[in-house]
Amino acid sequence: MKRVITTTVINQSGVLNRVTGLLMKRQFNIESITVGHTEKAGISKMTFVVHVEDQRKLEQLLKQLQKQIDVLKVNDITDKAIVTRELALIKVLSPPGVRSEINSIIEPFRATVIDMSKNVITVQVTGDPGKIEAFIDLLQPYGIKELTRTGATAFVRETQKAPAQQLSIL
Amino acid sequence: MSVNVNLKQEEAQSIGGELPKATLQGSDVFIQSLQNEGVEMIFGYPGGAVLPIYDALYKNPIPHILARHEQGAIHAAEGYSRVSGKTGVVIATSGPGATNLVTGIADAMMDSLPLVVFTGQVASAVIGTDAFQEADIVGITQPITKHNYQVKRVEDLPRIIHEAFHIASTGRPGPVLVDIPKDISNAVFTSAEIKATELNLPGYQPTTSPNFLQIQKVAQALQKAQKPLILAGAGVLHGKASEEFVKFVEKTGVPVTNTLLGLGCIPGDHPQFLGMAGMHGTFTANMAICETDLLINIGARFDDRLTGNLEHFAPNAQVVHIDIDPAEIGKNVETDIPIVADAKEALHSLLKLEINKLSIEPWMAGLMKSKAEYPLVYSNASKKMLPQEVIELVHKHTNGDAIVTTDVGQHQMWAAQFYRFNHPDHWVTSGGLGTMGFGFPAAIGAQIAKPQGTVVSFTGDGGFQMTLQELSLLQESQLPVKVIILNNQCLGMVRQWQETFYDKRYSESLMPSQPDFVKLAEAYDIEGYKVDNYHDADELFKKVFSSNKPALIDCRVEQMENVYPMVAPGKGLHEMIGVKG
Ligand SMILES: Cc1ncc(C[n+]2csc(CCOP(=O)(O)OP(=O)(O)O)c2C)c(N)n1
Ligand SMILES: [Mg+2]
Repeated sequence: MKRVITTTVINQSGVLNRVTGLLMKRQFNIESITVGHTEKAGISKMTFVVHVEDQRKLEQLLKQLQKQIDVLKVNDITDKAIVTRELALIKVLSPPGVRSEINSIIEPFRATVIDMSKNVITVQVTGDPGKIEAFIDLLQPYGIKELTRTGATAFVRETQKAPAQQLSIL
Repeated sequence: MSVNVNLKQEEAQSIGGELPKATLQGSDVFIQSLQNEGVEMIFGYPGGAVLPIYDALYKNPIPHILARHEQGAIHAAEGYSRVSGKTGVVIATSGPGATNLVTGIADAMMDSLPLVVFTGQVASAVIGTDAFQEADIVGITQPITKHNYQVKRVEDLPRIIHEAFHIASTGRPGPVLVDIPKDISNAVFTSAEIKATELNLPGYQPTTSPNFLQIQKVAQALQKAQKPLILAGAGVLHGKASEEFVKFVEKTGVPVTNTLLGLGCIPGDHPQFLGMAGMHGTFTANMAICETDLLINIGARFDDRLTGNLEHFAPNAQVVHIDIDPAEIGKNVETDIPIVADAKEALHSLLKLEINKLSIEPWMAGLMKSKAEYPLVYSNASKKMLPQEVIELVHKHTNGDAIVTTDVGQHQMWAAQFYRFNHPDHWVTSGGLGTMGFGFPAAIGAQIAKPQGTVVSFTGDGGFQMTLQELSLLQESQLPVKVIILNNQCLGMVRQWQETFYDKRYSESLMPSQPDFVKLAEAYDIEGYKVDNYHDADELFKKVFSSNKPALIDCRVEQMENVYPMVAPGKGLHEMIGVKG
């Protein structure tokens, strides 16, 4: 199963290495990982999208992360109301003949053209990973020259519908 | 103080400045910080990147053991820690000094031993340039330490050292590495005083006291159980809770089994003790696990050598797991009553419960019958001396009171089976990592921890040859360690598996050519002996164990003897082979 996990970490040198090293050592399969500063100085937040086999593996992952000295907080936010955002940059072939056609795809996705040459445009799109997936699928037939994605970062929404079950035995 | 400092003072005067108080360098701060932590012994080896530290040590000594290989130093620190309950301290230089520690660090991580390991590092300015003797030891040891640090500013040194000792010794103990670049050791420490008191560890708050509701559930489960069983691991020893443990065991009347590393937390001849469980455990202990309806695990991590095939592990049991590390609970075995706590605190709470001695007579009677019918035995068909006999003889001559260390292999399992421990913290062995070369240096550390104690190092002819250079220390430091080589002229455990699972194809496991261990001992100025029969061994041990000098005894034992009973890899505990009765 796919889980979205956020961890708050002390921004010590090597902390990213420690956390990704842990995931590797314990054979967890990371789909994406993002990291950046938070509103507090010296504190960073990481967001992982990981695939785990079952509930027990998931519990292991959360506990092993929590065990790291530099990790302050670990949350599995998959089942909460969350906002997830990712950014992708896509270079797509767009000779003048198809350019307006491509534009008509870009518009509903609220993507923007950020660079343009004779036959190639570079498009920037943000949104939840599903939306980005769909956008890429639609551009594929025109010929994608290059593609880069940041991976997902996520927030829990201020208003939650029902309290999600808490995984803790402390 | 050093010339260096005087020069600085003169300089200061010559430019009309105030005469500074005696200037401290990073290396001085280092020594003072160790003194603040109460460090009584360092195990180390010098080199370029730690020259400033060794210079400070020269001026301001803390007892230090100069091992002959960094691996020897760290295993000695592990043995010291296991026996004394204190944190072991290790120093090595950068690059090869640091990488030579890796096996010991991994070993301490697996067996939860508190160590603080200091490594020198090349100067900050050249880190990352493949400088002479540079190794990324922080990167290398990241997965095998509880935590590690590289010191970036000399001001941080006291805090980091204090944190390192705190992390290593609290919660689930483990090794912490502190990498100190040479320029940090040399740097002038400007703060007026060394403040070591501040911990800055907001992400580290180990839970030690149990949730009382969960403890009460244990009481309820105990009242209902017909066939309860306690499995005790090293957590009981790390928690210094053997006394409370035995009290609880006797109060409830529940039978007990141990993991390999838990041995000693209850006396080996206690009537409720069923022996060790697991791959080479007793038939009775393993059958008890198969049959129990309530398994109370205190401080064991359900390691695969204990559980065998998990599908068949404790199939009928409600499982209680008390562990200080929440990540161990539910990792391998599904748990019904999880309790995150220090063993001592958990046992205190358990002892407060209103529980009477359980009425489990039929269960106990069955177990006692099984214990009598299926003891650990060996049969001496050949005339040769058997390794099990040697261990029993040593037991006899030491009254079961010795501190016993082992290396890894057949002799390790025989020592676990046949040396019945009277006391906690008298058993030092490499369980999780199974590190050959561990046992002899660990005995050195054990002897340093208990100078008056009798320390026996049971070792294999294979493993001893991995770290025998530490023989230098026995004479040098006056350590009366008795080294007992159970010499079967082979890598016995490998040979046994090849006999059993590879149709006797003894690929690279026989070692017919051996050094003359007696001459080797003499070369190190130690008494050396060789024996090959029971009678002579009996005589010799009488002499050796009444002497306070070190000795090495090459015991020539039957080569083809196997460790039984056994649960073959991949099998369940119910499928033991080699059970004699
Ligand atoms: C460093 C290391 N290398 C290899 C092994 C694999 N191994 C486990 S037991 C064993 C044989 C040990 O032989 P010996 O020290 O003579 O002890 P014996 O089994 O004969 O008692 C070996 C090679 C190990 N545990 N550790
Ligand atoms: Mg051998």
